[in-house]
Amino acid sequence: MTGRLVTSREALLAGALMLLLALVATRFPGFVAPANLARVFNDTAPLILLALGQMAVILTRCIDLSVAANLALTGMIVAMINVAAPGVPLAALIALAVGLGTLMGMANGILVWKLDIPPIVVTLGTMTIYRGTIFLISGGKWVNAHEMGAAFKALPRAVILGLPVMSWVAIAAVLAFWLVLTRTTLGRAFYAVGGNPRAATYAGIDVGRTQFLAFTLSGALAGLTGYLWVARYAVAYVDIAGGFELDVVAACVIGGISIMGGVGSVAGALLGALFLGVIKNALPVVNVSPFWQLAISGTAIIVAVALNARASRSRGRIILRRAEHAA
Amino acid sequence: MLMQTQTEMAPRPAAEARPVLALSGVSKSFPGVRALSGVSLRLYPGQVTALVGENGAGKSTLVKILTGIYRPDAGEILLDGRPVRFPTAHAAGRAGVTAIHQETVLFDELTVAENIFLGHAPRGRFGLIDTGAMQREAARILRGIGAEIDPAQRLKDLGIASKHLVAIARALSIDARVVIMDEPTAALSHKEIDELFELVAALKAQGKAILFISHKFDEIFRIADRYSVFRDGELVGEGLIAEVTEAELVRLMVGRDVSRIFPARARNIGAEVLRIRGLEHPTEFSGIDFGLCRGEILGFYGLVGAGRSEVMQAIFGITRPSAGTVEVEGRPVRIRAPADAVAEGIVYVPEDRGQQGAITALPIFQNVTLPSLGRLSRRGFLRLAEEFRLAREYTRRLDLRAASLDTEVGNLSGGNQQKVVIARWLATRPKVIILDEPTKGIDIGSKAAVHAFMAELAAEGLAVIMVSSEIPEVLGMSDRVIVMREGRMVAELSGAQMTPETLVRHAAGIGGGEAA
Amino acid sequence: MSLAERHIPDRLHPPLRRALLRWESLLLLVAAAIFAANAMASPYFLNAWNLSDATFNFTEKAMVAFAMALLIIAGEIDLSVAAIIALASTAMGAAAQAGVGTPGLVAIGLAVGLACGAFNGLLVTRLGLPSIVVTIGTMSLFRGISYIVLGDQAYGGYPAGFAFFGQGYVFWVISFELALFAVLALAFGVLLHATTFGRAVYAIGNNATGALFAGIRVARVKFVLFLLTGLMSGVAAVCLTSRLGSTRPSIAVGWELEIVTMVVLGGVSILGGSGTIPGVVIAAFVMGLVTFGLGLLNVPGIVMSIVIGALLIAVIALPRLWAMRRRA
Repeated sequence: MTGRLVTSREALLAGALMLLLALVATRFPGFVAPANLARVFNDTAPLILLALGQMAVILTRCIDLSVAANLALTGMIVAMINVAAPGVPLAALIALAVGLGTLMGMANGILVWKLDIPPIVVTLGTMTIYRGTIFLISGGKWVNAHEMGAAFKALPRAVILGLPVMSWVAIAAVLAFWLVLTRTTLGRAFYAVGGNPRAATYAGIDVGRTQFLAFTLSGALAGLTGYLWVARYAVAYVDIAGGFELDVVAACVIGGISIMGGVGSVAGALLGALFLGVIKNALPVVNVSPFWQLAISGTAIIVAVALNARASRSRGRIILRRAEHAA
Repeated sequence: MLMQTQTEMAPRPAAEARPVLALSGVSKSFPGVRALSGVSLRLYPGQVTALVGENGAGKSTLVKILTGIYRPDAGEILLDGRPVRFPTAHAAGRAGVTAIHQETVLFDELTVAENIFLGHAPRGRFGLIDTGAMQREAARILRGIGAEIDPAQRLKDLGIASKHLVAIARALSIDARVVIMDEPTAALSHKEIDELFELVAALKAQGKAILFISHKFDEIFRIADRYSVFRDGELVGEGLIAEVTEAELVRLMVGRDVSRIFPARARNIGAEVLRIRGLEHPTEFSGIDFGLCRGEILGFYGLVGAGRSEVMQAIFGITRPSAGTVEVEGRPVRIRAPADAVAEGIVYVPEDRGQQGAITALPIFQNVTLPSLGRLSRRGFLRLAEEFRLAREYTRRLDLRAASLDTEVGNLSGGNQQKVVIARWLATRPKVIILDEPTKGIDIGSKAAVHAFMAELAAEGLAVIMVSSEIPEVLGMSDRVIVMREGRMVAELSGAQMTPETLVRHAAGIGGGEAA
Repeated sequence: MSLAERHIPDRLHPPLRRALLRWESLLLLVAAAIFAANAMASPYFLNAWNLSDATFNFTEKAMVAFAMALLIIAGEIDLSVAAIIALASTAMGAAAQAGVGTPGLVAIGLAVGLACGAFNGLLVTRLGLPSIVVTIGTMSLFRGISYIVLGDQAYGGYPAGFAFFGQGYVFWVISFELALFAVLALAFGVLLHATTFGRAVYAIGNNATGALFAGIRVARVKFVLFLLTGLMSGVAAVCLTSRLGSTRPSIAVGWELEIVTMVVLGGVSILGGSGTIPGVVIAAFVMGLVTFGLGLLNVPGIVMSIVIGALLIAVIALPRLWAMRRRA
C-alpha cells in the first residue's frame, strides 16, 4: 500500500499542481486560458532545462550549485561575441554555448571524479569562479538589446506550430532526457550509482565516471540555456540568473528527486519546475508581491524534503515472520 | 517432501565428472586475521554443493573471491581445468560466475527487467536499450523459473521472495555456469522456500553448478548432492551428502574439542541485576523475557539474523521497543538513548566494530575516556592528566598492545581495537556488560585473552551477556544459554542441556527443537 | 615479552614537534608572506589605522565561522547563515522603526539568530533531514521573509548608541568588533579544545554512529551546534547592521560561501572530524589580508570572489593531488 503511494508521487504532485491552478482560477479565470498557460510554460522553460540536468546530477548523489553561474557566463560570452563579431553564424554561437557549458560541467565532474572532492564544495567554488569570470571579461558592463543582432534575439521567441522555440527546446529536452534515463545504459547507471553505489560497482559500473557524465550533461544544458536566456531577455550582465541554482534544486526536491540519490523521474523534475513556475506567475495575478517568491520556494523545499524523507524511511530487516505477526 | 524433491532431481552424473570450477590452495588474510588458509573446493555441473561452517569460518570470504571482489593471496582458480583470474566483479560475471546474496544487492528504483539486464541490456536502433526485447526476454526468463512477476514493475514494489527470484533471473540472464546462493532462504517463508527449491532443481537440470550456503541442515539434506565443511578458514571435510549424517556434519563444523581453550571459572552467581519483561518490537523481535544475575555469563545463541543484536540494541537504547520494560536491580528504568543505558550501568560492545565500535580516527585514550568524561572533567573542562591516568589503568588491565596512548585506534589490529572498546566500557564501572560477537574475526591469541578477561569480570561480580554464533565459545563460557530463532526466544538451556547438538537443533528449528 | 615492552607511553612525540608539522603552521607562514607582500606593494599598508580598518573585512564573518567550524567538524553544515543575518538585521530594523532602544535591538538580533538556528536544528535532528538541503531551503525562506518585509526598501534610523558595535573602538585602534572577535576566538577555542562538549563534537564528526554507541547524545549536541551557529549569525547581524547603519534584504548576500571557505581554509575537513579554531583564526586573517591588499591595489571585489572560490577548491584539491603523487 505504501509502495503504491510512493510510486504515485508524480500523480500526487500533478494533483497539487491542478489544485494550485484551480485556486488561482477562482480569483482570476484568465490564468488558466490555454494562451496564458503556454506563456507560463514558456516562462518556466529555463527552469525545466536546468532541472533536468540537475536531476541527473542529484540521481548520482551529487549536487551542482554552479548551473546558474555557468548559464550566466556562457550567455555573456555568446552575447559579447555577437556584439563584437555580428558575422558569426547563430548556429556556431549556439554550438559554442553548449560547448562552453559542457566544459564547465566537465570541470566540476573531473574534480568530483578524480580528486574525490565533495560536490557541494566543488560547485560552490566553481559557482563563484564562473560568476567572477563574467565580471573579468565584461568589465562589469551590460550587453543591451540594441547591441545584439536581430537574429540572435529572435530565435527563442520565434513561433513554430503555435509555441515559441524556447518552449520547443524544453519539450525536446524533456523527451530526450526521458529517453536517456529509461532507454540508455547511461540512464540506468545514473539510478544504479545513486541507489546503491556498492552494488553498482559490483555490476561493473564506474561510479566516478558516471557522476562525471552527469555533471557534463548538466553543464551542457546550462550552456544551452545561457544562450536562450540572454537572447530571450535581450540583456546580459554579471548578475543574470543570480540565485537561480536554488530554484533549480528546489524544483528537483519538490519533484520528488531524492537528494540521497537514486530516486526521481523526468516527470517529477518537470512537475517540480512547473509548480514553481506557476507560483511565480500567479503571485502578481493574485496581487501578492513577487517578493514572496523566495520564501515560498524555500518553504516548498523544506516541506518536500520532509515529505520525501518520511515516504522513504527504511523499514528495518523484518525478522519476525509476517504470518505470525498478523496472527 | 524430502522424497519428492529427491525424485525430481536430475540423474546423478558419474562420480568422475569434471568440475566446472575448482579452487586449490586458496588463502586470504586480512590485518590480524587469516580468513582462509589453503582451501580447495570443487563445483560440478548439475550438482549442488553445500558449504557449511560457523560464522567466521571463511564462507563469505570465499564467495567474495569467487565473485571477483577479493583477490586471493595464494592458490588458484580453475575454470574448466584452466587457471583464471577474477580481478573485478565484471570479470567473474563474464566467466559465468554469479552470486545471489543474503541481502539481495539490487536496485529498488529500477524495474524488474532493468535489474535483470543492468550492464548487458539488449540494444536496438541508435544503441538505445531495446525495452521491448528486454521486457520480453525478462518475461521469458521469469516464466522459465515459474515466477509470476511483471517485468515492468519497480523492484521496490516486490516482496523479498520475489526479489530473490529477480536475482535468480539475473543470474540466468547472464548465462551463468556457476550460481552461488548465499543463505538464500534466510528471509523466506516455508512456501517460498519450496518454490525456491523447485527452481534450484531446474537450474541443476540445466547443468549449472550450484554452491549453496546455509545454516539449515534440513535444507542441506533436502537439496544438496555434496558438502564441504569449513572451520577457522580451513577445509575440514567434504564428500557426498548421501554418505554423511547430520550429527557428523555438526561435529565437523564445530570441532570435537569444544572446551579446549576456555578458562576454568569459579561460579559465583549473586543477586539479579537485570530483568527484561515482555520486550517487543513491531518487526524485529517479540516476547523477550529474561533475567541476569551478578557474576553470571548468559550466552545468546542463534543463527545470523535471529534478532539477538536487535534485542541487545533495544536494551541499550539504540532502537525503541514497542512494549516491555527493563529493570535494573529491581527498579524499572527508562532507556531512550545509549547515554541513559550507560547511566544505568548497562554497556554494549557491538558486533559491527567498523561503524559502531571504536572511533578509529581518535587516539586510544580519547576512545577509552569518551563515556567517562562527565566524571573525569571539572565543570565540563577536560583534564588530560586524569584522562591518561584512566586510559593507562584500563588498557593495562586488558593487556593492550600499542605504540602509545595517543596512537589512533585505526592503526591497531582488530583484537586490540576490541580491547579498546571493552576498556572504554569497563572504565565506566558498569553493572551489566553486553558483548555482541566479542571474538568475531580476531586472532586466536586475542580470543583467549578476551575469554580469560570475561571470566575475570564475572568473577568480580559483573553481569555479562555474550551474544555469540560460535558454539564452542557459547558452551565454553556461558552459565546459561538462551537460543533465539526468528526474533523469538526458543530455548533456555543450562547445565547438561547445553550441548552442540541441542543448540544447533533449536537455532535451526530442526525436529525436537520446537519446544521452548 | 619484557615488562618494558608492555608499558605504553602516553605520547610518542612531544606536542610542540607535532604542532610544527600542522596545517595551521603552514597557514601562518602564508599569512606572514601575504603580510610582507602587502607591505612591499603598498606604502599605505603598514599603518595602524589602516590595519585596524582591514580587520572589518573578516571579523563579522569569522564570528560565524567559529560556530560553523564546530558544525562542520561535527559533520553537518549550515548554508543559511547569511540569510539568518539578513532576517535578524531586518527584525532589528523593524524594531528600530518602532522606537526600540539599543539593548532591545541587540536582544532582538540575537533572539532571531537563535530562533533560526533552532529551526534548522529541529529539522535536522528531529526529522533526520540532510542539513545541506534543509539549510538551502531555510536560506531561501529566511532571506525570503526579509524580502517580504522590505521589498526594495531599506531600514535606517538606528539609534545613535547602536553604532558602537560596528563602529566603536574599545582601546586606541582596537575596534569593538576586533575585541569581540578575539574574545569569541578564545571562547570557541576553549569550547572545542578543552571541554567535554568539544570532544563530543570531534567524536560525532569522525563517526556519528560510533559516538551514539559510546553513549554520546548525538542529536542534542548537533542541535546545540545549530543553535550556536544561529546565535553567532545574530551577533554578526548586530555588528554588520551597526557598521552599515542600514538594512537591505540583500545584506550579507553570498557570505555563506566566504564563511565556509574560511572554515575549510582553516584546515577543517569538509567531511567532518578534524580541524581547529586557531586554524580558522589564521584563515580569517589570511582572507582579510588578501581582500585588503587587493583593495589597496584597486582590484574590484568580485575578483576577490574568484580568488575565494579558487582557494576553496585548491585547499582541498592540493593535499589530495600531493597524496596521489606520493602514492604513484
